[in-house]
Amino acid sequence: MAGYAEASSTASRRRWGKQAQREFLAGLLFSAPWLIGLIVIIIYPMLTTLYYSFTRYDIPLEPRWIGPKNYIDLFTADRFFPKTLFNSAFLTLIGIPAQLAFALACAMLLNIKIRGQAIWRTVYILPTLMPPVALALLWRWMLNPELGLVNNALRSIGISGPLWFADPLWSKPSIILMQLWAVGAMTVIYLAALQGVPYELYEAAEIDGAGRLQRFWNITLPMISPVTLFQLITGVIWSLQFFTEAYIIGGVGSNPGAPEGSLLFYGLYLYVQGFQYLNMGYASAMAWILFVVTALVTWLLLRGLRRWTFYDVM
Amino acid sequence: MSATISEQRVTAQRQTRLIAVRRRLIRLLLHMLVAGVGILFLFPWLWLVSTSLKSPEQMIAIPPRLIPDPVMWINYYYGVTYVNFPRYMANTLIVAVSVALARLVSCTVVAYALSHINWPGRRVLFALVLATMMLPVQVTIIPLFIIYSRLGWVNTFLPLTVPALFGDAFFIFLMRQFFVTIPKDLIDAARIDGASHFGIYLRIVMPLAQPALATLVAFSFIWTYNDFMGPLIYLKDRDLWTLSLGMQGFTQRYGAGGTALGAMMAAATLYTLPMILLFLAAQRTFIRGIVTTGLK
Repeated sequence: MAGYAEASSTASRRRWGKQAQREFLAGLLFSAPWLIGLIVIIIYPMLTTLYYSFTRYDIPLEPRWIGPKNYIDLFTADRFFPKTLFNSAFLTLIGIPAQLAFALACAMLLNIKIRGQAIWRTVYILPTLMPPVALALLWRWMLNPELGLVNNALRSIGISGPLWFADPLWSKPSIILMQLWAVGAMTVIYLAALQGVPYELYEAAEIDGAGRLQRFWNITLPMISPVTLFQLITGVIWSLQFFTEAYIIGGVGSNPGAPEGSLLFYGLYLYVQGFQYLNMGYASAMAWILFVVTALVTWLLLRGLRRWTFYDVM
Repeated sequence: MSATISEQRVTAQRQTRLIAVRRRLIRLLLHMLVAGVGILFLFPWLWLVSTSLKSPEQMIAIPPRLIPDPVMWINYYYGVTYVNFPRYMANTLIVAVSVALARLVSCTVVAYALSHINWPGRRVLFALVLATMMLPVQVTIIPLFIIYSRLGWVNTFLPLTVPALFGDAFFIFLMRQFFVTIPKDLIDAARIDGASHFGIYLRIVMPLAQPALATLVAFSFIWTYNDFMGPLIYLKDRDLWTLSLGMQGFTQRYGAGGTALGAMMAAATLYTLPMILLFLAAQRTFIRGIVTTGLK
């Protein structure tokens, strides 16, 4: 449009100028809700959080500037903080790859043309629809050491099951197990990705004498790698903020993330500091650390996406 | 000579038959695998419903029985009366529906500005939308809590609903991705006919975007329905609780054993049921939503 305007006469340029002005105004007007929101409920609060993170702010007292003390305390004086880092890292580094692998396996099973495929798809996907609070309550009961379904099933084949959520060593794997059950959303995305792989590729490979495993390694995995990368990064970001199930199962109060703080994940500890102890300055410092880590991961995502040539975001 | 030919033929026939048998065996095995994993997926549901119908004595029986006898329908009565289930359901619906409707307007107008208005701010704005999509709620939640407290909004639904009027980066992105697929010629023709942007938004883009709008409404509804942290921070008064808080309050108040367990599982079943009905009623919308939000 700009080129067109330059080529035409002064009069029409003035008209186009007016047109461009009108378009600009329309653009501003239509995006006004989000522009206002961006300033009022995103940028302003973010900067305020940054400011608070350098203060001691015990509501309802006014914030008092203390420099980087909150950050220093987090890494040197707080005995819970390293634990939350470990817990969240565990959940992310083991839980997310486990979810990806399991979701892919499920998607591949659902991609096989068999009778009743539609029903099995629904069955595999349904758990993802359970609200997180209900999910946590159900699995706490499923994994009850004495009366739960899982340990009863294990007992029937002669295995005495672990204490699951009640054992600090088993509590995080139990969370991961619960997440695997509700992995349906990831499965759906993988299923769509698998269906997007051109069938000719498999045919060509079969003619060349490639076996099932070879076809999987050399065609399926590379073709769906952008989806894997995307799910990996969004999974990691969600995992860093993991809160609801940890709150329900690990609890807050004087002994948060029980047993022995093994379920005290980053998001839960931030809540405990901010909304239980009302240490708003300290919680703000935690929030900014989380933000920086998330931004870093997002940046890696965008950089990675550019490298995977056949993935076009814009 | 002829003997070898027929011999060869027999071997070939045997081989094809062998391959066919092997194929069928693999297929059978795959069927069993799909079904086996499916049954594993089903068991927690059965356990949920089964527990919701058991008497306290049956719950502590070892080994447990999956089919309750007698069937304790009364647990469902307890489930909705121990905590004020109807009230919490009403609160949840009020919040979730208002948020979805607010987003239906706010996110679509912004998405329109990002797709069919030719203005210089477009690219920057779209980059900002993308950049804020992954923003953790924790980085704004503390100042927002303080602002809403000063406004006297704590213990009202306002901190949960009003922000939806400003749109949401995720849904704006989703809508924008759909809007750009609407043919440019259609918009241009309407422009030449003298239609305003608002007219095009209302009469062309929105009607064409109905499937995407359904996705927005469904997913926004689910996220609000499931949300725990927002209500936990802002709703202190029991009468204002949403179901997610009500379910949590259940265990706090009654513990997790005996009758309370049956009642709690009954309440959890009722809490989950609308999601399942919604899914079965609008399966396509759901699947498309999951795929587009995850992929596009």
